[in-house]
Amino acid sequence: MKAAQGHLNDVIRFSAVDGPGNRFVVFLQGCNFNCIACHNPYTINDCDSCGVCVEPCPEMALWFDGHHRVVVDDDVCTQCDICIQVCPRDSTPLSQMIRLDSLTRQIDEVSPFISGITVSGGEPTLQADFVTSLFSAIKCDGKLSRLTTFVDSNGHAGRDVWDRLLPVMDGAMIDLKALDPDTHREMTGSGNELVLETIRYLAEWDRLYEVRLLMVPGKNDSPEAVAATARWLYDVDPAMRVKLIGFRQHGVRPQFADIPEADPDHMAELADILRTTGFADLLVV
Amino acid sequence: MNMDEFRSRARDIVNDPTLTFHQRKHYLAWLAENALEYPALSTAAAEALNKQIICDLFEGSAPYRGRYILPDYGKALRNGSAHLELDPPTDLDEALNFLLIMYTQVPSITGYPVYLGDFDKILAPYVTDAISDDDLYRKLELFYRALDRMLPDAFVHTDLGPHDSRIARAILRIDRELLQVVPNITLKVDPELTPDDLLLEAVLTVFETGKPHFVNHPLMVRDLGEDYAAVSCYNSLKIGGGSHTLNRLNLKEVALLHQGDIDSFIDTTLPHYVELLAELIEARIRYLVEEAKFFEHDFLAVEGLIELDKFSAMYGVYGLAEAVDILMEAAGKDGRYGHDAEANELSYRITRTIADLVAQRPMPYCEGNNGRAFMHSQSGIDSDLEVTAGTRVPIGEEPEMFDHIRAVAPHHDLFPAGVSDIFHVEDTVRRNPSAMVDIIRGAFREGMRDFTFNLATNGFIRITGYLVRKCDVEQFDEMGARHGSTTFAAGSVKNSHVTERYVKRVLSRESSPRAPQ
Ligand code: SF4
Ligand code: SF4
Repeated sequence: MKAAQGHLNDVIRFSAVDGPGNRFVVFLQGCNFNCIACHNPYTINDCDSCGVCVEPCPEMALWFDGHHRVVVDDDVCTQCDICIQVCPRDSTPLSQMIRLDSLTRQIDEVSPFISGITVSGGEPTLQADFVTSLFSAIKCDGKLSRLTTFVDSNGHAGRDVWDRLLPVMDGAMIDLKALDPDTHREMTGSGNELVLETIRYLAEWDRLYEVRLLMVPGKNDSPEAVAATARWLYDVDPAMRVKLIGFRQHGVRPQFADIPEADPDHMAELADILRTTGFADLLVV
Repeated sequence: MNMDEFRSRARDIVNDPTLTFHQRKHYLAWLAENALEYPALSTAAAEALNKQIICDLFEGSAPYRGRYILPDYGKALRNGSAHLELDPPTDLDEALNFLLIMYTQVPSITGYPVYLGDFDKILAPYVTDAISDDDLYRKLELFYRALDRMLPDAFVHTDLGPHDSRIARAILRIDRELLQVVPNITLKVDPELTPDDLLLEAVLTVFETGKPHFVNHPLMVRDLGEDYAAVSCYNSLKIGGGSHTLNRLNLKEVALLHQGDIDSFIDTTLPHYVELLAELIEARIRYLVEEAKFFEHDFLAVEGLIELDKFSAMYGVYGLAEAVDILMEAAGKDGRYGHDAEANELSYRITRTIADLVAQRPMPYCEGNNGRAFMHSQSGIDSDLEVTAGTRVPIGEEPEMFDHIRAVAPHHDLFPAGVSDIFHVEDTVRRNPSAMVDIIRGAFREGMRDFTFNLATNGFIRITGYLVRKCDVEQFDEMGARHGSTTFAAGSVKNSHVTERYVKRVLSRESSPRAPQ
């Protein structure tokens, strides 16, 4: 199915941290997980126009349009993020529907400077039709077809979704929060069956660019848990590229403010576990 | 300057404990030169010079050497030098020895050569397959160390590329390992000829030392021919030639003096000052060539290692950002250079106007550029306050990198002798150097001529077009603070001198010919 519009949170024109080379990154709005460690929780839900943020906006950039929808005046908004902080729904009034051609035009403009594009979020697979249309548009455009197309996903998507993306997607970065289903549920609100399935499936198709392990102290960072995860991943693909990420408080919601940040010494220990398991392509951040 | 003042300033230099022997001699020479009369100028030009609307960068009152000289080292190595009593080298050791000797004899404004040759090209005939990678590394490493210690000046410069070579790779690796200020390096980049992995080597070097500087090879070849090099900080000139002088126009001051609308600035005020600077440049060139007769006696000219026909002069501009903002404000508009389309358009109009005027103004002894001066976006000197280098966006006000490149790129076409912008990059890029390769390639596709990167976390600071080591600056700051204090303990003097001399071992100011105040 084609989708001419996507629900966009924001774009970054140059990013050095979202896949190989310099990349244009599209952040889509909406996620099917509710991670305690989420660094951009305002991308989780769609805005329901409750209006809570209208009054606190210091620039009076927000108002109700004729259809009782909260809208923003881009020329007035200073991106102070106060609306995001007061929103009770983990949403933002600043997301917007974007037309495919308007997005490809923006990509076209920066195309001389980038290796490719990465669609992140939110959870991009929730808008798989739009992502497929975007990637197809890039692959079919003479000038843009050299760009690589990547997805940065929580992995919670079925085969049918990946089957649609695979013909036009060059790679995916998948987060694995925990191998143990109960821990996974505690950390994200969902089980991990689909995530594990996704990792296996993408590895089979050679489209798994990287698996990311976010270490949240006291939740998923015991040496035993990491060793088990490492063994499972190694079984899937011993040449897998693994990124071990220590939890940081930046952007995390206030109710999770008591989660401590990752300790560098402990991270080094966990990195050793992964290395001993046999992963050569290991990045620790 | 009367005789008493002269004597007291000479005495200050002779007795300055912070200066090395070499520096004292250099400053004394500068003082003597400036006791002479300035080449004759019209009243208007003299007044503009006095008010620093036009500026000679403290080159001195009686030019007796070209500002930037680019000897043809390849030719010297092929032919040997009668003056230096050196036969053509037959192997790499002899070639490196030859060059070290020759460098000490190259005149320049700083007293040190601003150009060392394109190492990968001039040494290629001597780097045979018989020399292993390890041997090559070891020989070049010793040579490289000698350069930093013998020629302690941040403007001493070599060029590499656009082709890949063992020499280029060895030099980049040595630069990462020795972490020296000297030499400054430029990598010539050609989209067809320069492979990604050589660019990656260069990017890894940027992470450690902030070097190299990157230039758009095809664009340079278009404007200067195959035999060009970036020298000093980022002045691109012809090999075997150079620039007699570099003088500059302070666009901020011109805009401040202007009364009237933007059109009258472009049609009247700007051309008036453009001509005053041209007059200054002409007077200085004539003195150098006709009075000091530099090209008649210097051994480089006598042996054909430089040729007057390959020389030109550099027509510098700076303070464009302030000029644009001043003119916009006077016109009741609040757009600022680098951020606003109309302000950017005005900036292009200004540089195009100057480039057109300079292209119409005949300049003597400038056959290196068909009898005209070369446009140069001048990067500033340490005494510049509240005026932005060249055509740059003011530091701290730069828009995000993509908009930044878009805003400044249109100027690059107009400045054959160099227009350097600096891009500040985040430390996270260290984990993804190929992102920098993408940006380099993109910036050149977008028509940029040359630029450098600034990474907050390496051990170097890029001041305008040259580098200093952070540890040196920190020590310097510390020393400055201690000097300021009245309780300057006698016991610490010994230490402080050691430290200060260390700080000053490497000259790193384009204004260094000036005597310290
Ligand atoms: S962004 Fe949040 S607070 Fe504002 S209207 Fe939407 S749901 Fe309500
Ligand atoms: S970020 Fe939100 S609160 Fe801030 S100015 Fe924009 S709309 Fe208003």
